[in-house]
Amino acid sequence: MKAVLSVLLFGLLYEIVARSGWFAQALVPTLPVVAHTLWTMLADGTMEGHAINTLYRVFAGLAAAAGFGLALGFLMARYAAVERFFLPLVSALMPIPSLAWAPVFILWFGLGNTATILIVFYAASFPMLVNTWTGVRAVNPLWLRAAGAMGASGAALFWKVVVPGALPFIITGLRLAFQRAWIAVVGAEMLAASSFGLGWVIFDAKEFLNADVMLASLAVIGAIGYVFERLVFGSLERATVARWGMLRGAKA
Amino acid sequence: MIRVANVSLEYDTPAGKVLAVDNASFGAERSEFVCLVGPSGCGKTTLLNMIAGFFAPTAGEIRVGGQAVNGQGQDRGIVFQDFAQLFPWRTALGNVAFGLEMKGVAKAERERIALEQLRLVKLEKFAGAYPHHLSGGMQQRVAIARALAYNPGVLLMDEPFAALDAMTREEMQRLLAEVWRETRKTVVYVTHNVAEAVYLADRVVVMTPHPGRVKATVAVRLPRPRDPLSVEFLEYQKQLLRHLTQ
Repeated sequence: MKAVLSVLLFGLLYEIVARSGWFAQALVPTLPVVAHTLWTMLADGTMEGHAINTLYRVFAGLAAAAGFGLALGFLMARYAAVERFFLPLVSALMPIPSLAWAPVFILWFGLGNTATILIVFYAASFPMLVNTWTGVRAVNPLWLRAAGAMGASGAALFWKVVVPGALPFIITGLRLAFQRAWIAVVGAEMLAASSFGLGWVIFDAKEFLNADVMLASLAVIGAIGYVFERLVFGSLERATVARWGMLRGAKA
Repeated sequence: MIRVANVSLEYDTPAGKVLAVDNASFGAERSEFVCLVGPSGCGKTTLLNMIAGFFAPTAGEIRVGGQAVNGQGQDRGIVFQDFAQLFPWRTALGNVAFGLEMKGVAKAERERIALEQLRLVKLEKFAGAYPHHLSGGMQQRVAIARALAYNPGVLLMDEPFAALDAMTREEMQRLLAEVWRETRKTVVYVTHNVAEAVYLADRVVVMTPHPGRVKATVAVRLPRPRDPLSVEFLEYQKQLLRHLTQ
């Protein structure tokens, strides 16, 4: 309810500015104009087409990043030699913005999905990796001792104690990875994609001064991000770590 | 059942070598309830952890059921002080069934046994509850059931009731005495509470700190259930306290 109120209030403020006449109508279109554009693009399927392209790139990159981050994170937490080898690399590569790789990837792979997905992968890998690594190290040693006393070792210990024990961190990692991926994909599409995707639409609309198309696309980007953040990751958390009382702090 | 023979543990710290346990010896017969009593720093938890096999002594030998202890094993169950020892992602039943699962017992069978164990600690109604919905005392009861479920001969307990309020603690002591009477496990129970030791133990091993040493061993010859307000009970408490303060 409060979320709706915040959005309405923000919309109202925008509408006042848009109708004030301080800016050209073509550059700051009123909300009904944006809504109409959004509706037209949804009705003829172009917006859905772009959104599906963007979602495909996000999830391809995110899935690869999740697999990679989980695997390497677990290995780094488990084997000191792996940690020693990869930690300096992670520290050096993590601060580089994923978009800074865009020209390099374009040079190597050309414009299109490969470069875009690689940028997303780069952006999403580190939160997944670092959170998994931290999560495993934060597993309560008492659980490991109790499990060991009950005869757990090897794969059973890993799947039945280490993974669920690290799950709060892993879910947070996935959440952050999605956010990073979602931010990265829009930028990547502006630079590296051709003809499809929400980021490309915004970039392309600039050429024609189509501010309404830009804003409509931004609304879709925001809406999809919101849905995933609140519904998908929120539900995942409620079904697991929140249900198990593994999240401390603010109660709903 | 348990033989601790001339066990020492020395470890390195930045400030130099520390002798945590110095030449400790004691034993526990089958089905005997032994309490290790002493102030913090006397090495009682360290000794228990070595019996559990979490680490090895630097000198001496520990045998359980005739076998030299080498790492952890399903012949020993362990209960810690911290409520957080339960797996929060498993229900009470799932926690209790864990050891059986590791043994490869089929699902229906292990759930039947786990429910039986929960009945022993009077928690069968809470089988489906997650640990964070249970009180501290209930969580410790689940932990006891969990340590018993795969039927180890020995139960090791590290101040399991120390973090509970006084009334719950007394209730838990009564329950544990009952569980012990029914299961006839060999128990090694660490506590700093003298009254608790007299209430529970057949034999009390008194330890003193810096370095951790066995000061005396006192057999408690009182009929059960014990009355903590009886003159004999208080006599035993005084005797233990004398050993601890001398």
